[in-house]
Amino acid sequence: MTDFSKLNITSALLGLKNKDFKSVELTEYFINQINKKENLNCFITKTFDKAIDMAKKSDEKIIKNRELGSLEGIPITMKDLFCTKDIRTTAGSKILDSFIPFYESTVSQNLWNSGAVLLGKTNMDEFAMGSANTTSFFGNVINPLKSKNNDKDLVPGGSSGGSASSVAAGLCLAATGSDTGGSIRQPASFCGLVGLKPTYGRCSRFGMVAFASSLDQAGPITLTVEDSARMLQSMVSYDSKDSTSSKKEIENLLDYKKSDLKGKRVGVPKEYLLDGLNPEIKKAWDLGISWFKSVGSEIIEISLPNTESALPTYYIIAPAEASANLARYDGIRYGFRAEEKSDLTRLYEETRAQGFGKEVKRRLMIGTYVLSAGYYDAYYLKALKVRKLISDDFSKAFERCDIILTPTTPNVAFPIGEKQTDPIEMYLNDVLTVPASLAGLPAISISACLNSDSLPIGLQIIGKPFEESSILSAASLIEDLRGF
Amino acid sequence: MSIDNSTVKKVAKLARLKVDAKEEQNLKNELNNILEWVDKLQKVDTENIDPMLSVSNEPMSMREDMVTSKLDNKQILSNAPEKKAGFFVVPKVVE
Repeated sequence: MTDFSKLNITSALLGLKNKDFKSVELTEYFINQINKKENLNCFITKTFDKAIDMAKKSDEKIIKNRELGSLEGIPITMKDLFCTKDIRTTAGSKILDSFIPFYESTVSQNLWNSGAVLLGKTNMDEFAMGSANTTSFFGNVINPLKSKNNDKDLVPGGSSGGSASSVAAGLCLAATGSDTGGSIRQPASFCGLVGLKPTYGRCSRFGMVAFASSLDQAGPITLTVEDSARMLQSMVSYDSKDSTSSKKEIENLLDYKKSDLKGKRVGVPKEYLLDGLNPEIKKAWDLGISWFKSVGSEIIEISLPNTESALPTYYIIAPAEASANLARYDGIRYGFRAEEKSDLTRLYEETRAQGFGKEVKRRLMIGTYVLSAGYYDAYYLKALKVRKLISDDFSKAFERCDIILTPTTPNVAFPIGEKQTDPIEMYLNDVLTVPASLAGLPAISISACLNSDSLPIGLQIIGKPFEESSILSAASLIEDLRGF
Repeated sequence: MSIDNSTVKKVAKLARLKVDAKEEQNLKNELNNILEWVDKLQKVDTENIDPMLSVSNEPMSMREDMVTSKLDNKQILSNAPEKKAGFFVVPKVVE
């Protein structure tokens, strides 16, 4: 009898292939686990009937050994920001509470084509705006991990908090997330998982609820590095429905295993040594550096001089793009509509005031302000120029190194309710993940060790554009040497 | 640059958000804090730097001008909060 709680994608695929168990059995196991761990609030919509149907179809294919997909029969969860045909998609917002798409996002379609099974749509910060999964209209998500020194409920990170929590709690084998400024990597770090944000353009954005279009990228949250490669391989594609989708050839991501880290140049940016960096996280970073040294990688100190400007740049560009993207929520074509019949403009204003939460409104106000006449040059245009400097910093650094190693977050998972009163303090969660987002670079977070409270500390590896296998290979070294 | 109450009102109008007096005050304070924080970018020298409009280096190609989507009226109206006789319903906009 297989212990389902010990499975990952790679071992489950083997078990399914060897007919040790059926996808339906595996799916029923996870449905049962989801019901048991209702308190974590990981899901906005559960799709159990659909899951059983999909699992049955996979089982038939496995028996016939025909047309098997690369994730055939693997139960996963989807962040509730990927439109799924005939299944409610809310983006964590009241304004989309009743929205049922009649089309499928390209990323989710790719996963179904690979045989993955949908257990449900996961909770998230409203419109992916948040770093603790506390801005969702559907309530906050709880991290299944706890400090060994107190019993407080911790945040799972955000915005892909429901996805990360569902993987960490053993409610599925993997999840999809989306990352605009760190929304895959930060929750993966807080929940002790592997989270990968690919190069901008690698995954199609078609059918993803848009937050900041020049930054948004889909990616996987998984238990292992190999699972990350398998999930991402299914998610990526060139898609004519997304004009920023890349036509660049897609590598075989499992080839990361062939790559040798001996002689690889690992860049360590001195600017990431922040004043507020938790000393235990600094220690974890040093430990990571020592692992690369031990296999003969060359450690190179690099400089990314505009790092300090990345977060303010992000908090101009992302809200600006959001204010344009979220203009579509008008209460007329779909979604929530306020009771207001007197006048069209009042209908818009009431609908949006009642339909959006506090953090979304705050960002819409900032975005509208920095794009408005008289301030556009001083804020938005300025931020676009600084973004260029940040991107150029990386290009220069990558002349001297092959990958960049940093911590993922300045702190570990914190108790629910903390760091929420001051928006800027909340934004600081993303200080180490935002620069790679602005430059469109692939980056992965992997848990490296536990702190003195036994909470996971994640390290981030940033790669050159379209070199996902290179960051996977570096992450697998950490996975091999961390000793758990 | 500091935001006053009338600017909050103006921006809320542009963003099509109804804001009550209490929210207006909160937003004024929050926006001022955030703007003061992002103002440190003004110190960065961006002389002769081009704005970064896209991270992609790939040229965008024109697609064929062809009808590809085949949505019917029912689908398009399927999520409408209010519809009538195959149309979206809005408050009266013409006198």
